[in-house]
Amino acid sequence: MGNGYQPEETVLSLPPDASASRFRVSGLTGRLPRKWVGALLPVVFVIVWELLSRAGLLAANWFPAPLSIAGTLVELLQGGELFHHIGITVARVVAGFLIGAVLATLLAGIAGSTPLIRELVDPTIQALRNIPSMAWVPLFLLWLGIHESSKIALIAVGVFFPVYLNLLSGILNVDRKLIEVGHVYRLNKLQLVRRVILPAALPAFLVGLRSGLGLGWMFVVAAEIMGASKGLGFLMIDGQMTGRASVIIASIVLFALFGKLTDLMIERCGNRLLRQRGVGI
Amino acid sequence: MNGTSVSTTGKESVLDIRGLTRRFQVNGSEVTALQNINLSVRQGEFISVIGGSGCGKSTLLRIIAGLDTEYEGEALFDGARIKGPGLERGVVFQEHRLFPWLTVRQNVAFGLGNVTSKDDWESVDEHIELVGLKDFEGAYPHQLSGGMAQRASIARALANRPEALLLDEPFGALDALTKIQMQQEVLKIWEAEKATMILVTHDIDEAVFLGDRVVIMSNRPGTIKRIIPVDLPRPRDRGSYEFTQVRSAIYAEFFRQEEKPFAYEI
Repeated sequence: MGNGYQPEETVLSLPPDASASRFRVSGLTGRLPRKWVGALLPVVFVIVWELLSRAGLLAANWFPAPLSIAGTLVELLQGGELFHHIGITVARVVAGFLIGAVLATLLAGIAGSTPLIRELVDPTIQALRNIPSMAWVPLFLLWLGIHESSKIALIAVGVFFPVYLNLLSGILNVDRKLIEVGHVYRLNKLQLVRRVILPAALPAFLVGLRSGLGLGWMFVVAAEIMGASKGLGFLMIDGQMTGRASVIIASIVLFALFGKLTDLMIERCGNRLLRQRGVGI
Repeated sequence: MNGTSVSTTGKESVLDIRGLTRRFQVNGSEVTALQNINLSVRQGEFISVIGGSGCGKSTLLRIIAGLDTEYEGEALFDGARIKGPGLERGVVFQEHRLFPWLTVRQNVAFGLGNVTSKDDWESVDEHIELVGLKDFEGAYPHQLSGGMAQRASIARALANRPEALLLDEPFGALDALTKIQMQQEVLKIWEAEKATMILVTHDIDEAVFLGDRVVIMSNRPGTIKRIIPVDLPRPRDRGSYEFTQVRSAIYAEFFRQEEKPFAYEI
């Protein structure tokens, strides 16, 4: 060894397990890269499910085989109606998300920068937050009818709270020391907000948008189950009414897919914005 | 020596502090952080302020920086009462306080506002070079070491070409070797910029190495105990007899009754 001195009893050697454990998994999965290990369980699950269905051990009407679900998806796609349902659901989520997020951003921005307004508004919002969101449903239906506006309003309510709460706490937790640097360079209030407070609160804001979007997807299901004639939620209810479990599961898969896709979009944008700071969301 | 104003010789004084007192309310009771401080600093002078923690030395610097304006007595910069921060007084804090979303170059340009003029960018680049970060202009703060981040922070304070640079224990968080290197850099910067420097520190060695005068502060209430001139040519040799003499004189101010460790005996 380079330094010439080598004690006879080497106490600091890696336990044999520590280095071996890395290879044990790859030994099991062959040449599968480590990051795909998580896919193993679902894949095995789906294959076992398919095999059990084919063997006739699962009732086809309750547990349709994965391939028959895929078949249902293809069927719906070919009929063209699926695009319609997906389109309307995504449109509702996007509209509700935009309305909820914009209102939350404005309100959190004002409350965050003006203590008086914060003291005035924040307790009320904290109180409203405790109302289970589903409790709004009858009221929105009564006020806005069964059409789009009540659904979008419900989604907007769901999106509003996480965005507001995260952004406000992000603004309030901006490092006082950074704000002081702003004072040293004689920034006025507006410059301070624009150049210091908002960039500093950006990570919290992105976390809020992300969980807001998650709630948006949750609420669109609720809104569409409640009463809709279009959308993925409607498709699920339709599947339930007509006893087609494959349609319900296909809808669940699509919800998962689009939920993940939109989440990924925010994550990507966020990480692009935050990468420079050496952090991510 | 106690509380006397040091007359300025030669050059005009840029900072005049007379009868400065700062009281804080802590849990309903009054605490005097600074009491009857008198100090004049000449243009271009390098002043070290040394004291134990809680002696009010940082409060004094914050008052000079204009970050603390609720003081009694007089604090004049260029003859005008200090009422708030000003671009003629650059501040370097103990932590680098760089903005994590800006590159080194953007951070250094921060104090210039909307940098548009060629002159401004020249000042930015010149100061980045001065602190030795030329190859790291595009780096983000998290990519820098502690010493490099502090250099960037010094460059930011200098980019506005302030008359005075206020340094609040700027090397307190750095390791011993980086610290010595940074002290040498600060001397180089001082010579290049000809700015007045006011350095707050708890490091006797640092205070003597850098200062034209060392202001010794006593604890609770913070008062100026003594001001010791350091009439040694620069660069100063930390191991020289004269240097150690000044050092032990300051040491004696803090630990009069206690035994001096043998390391400081000659």
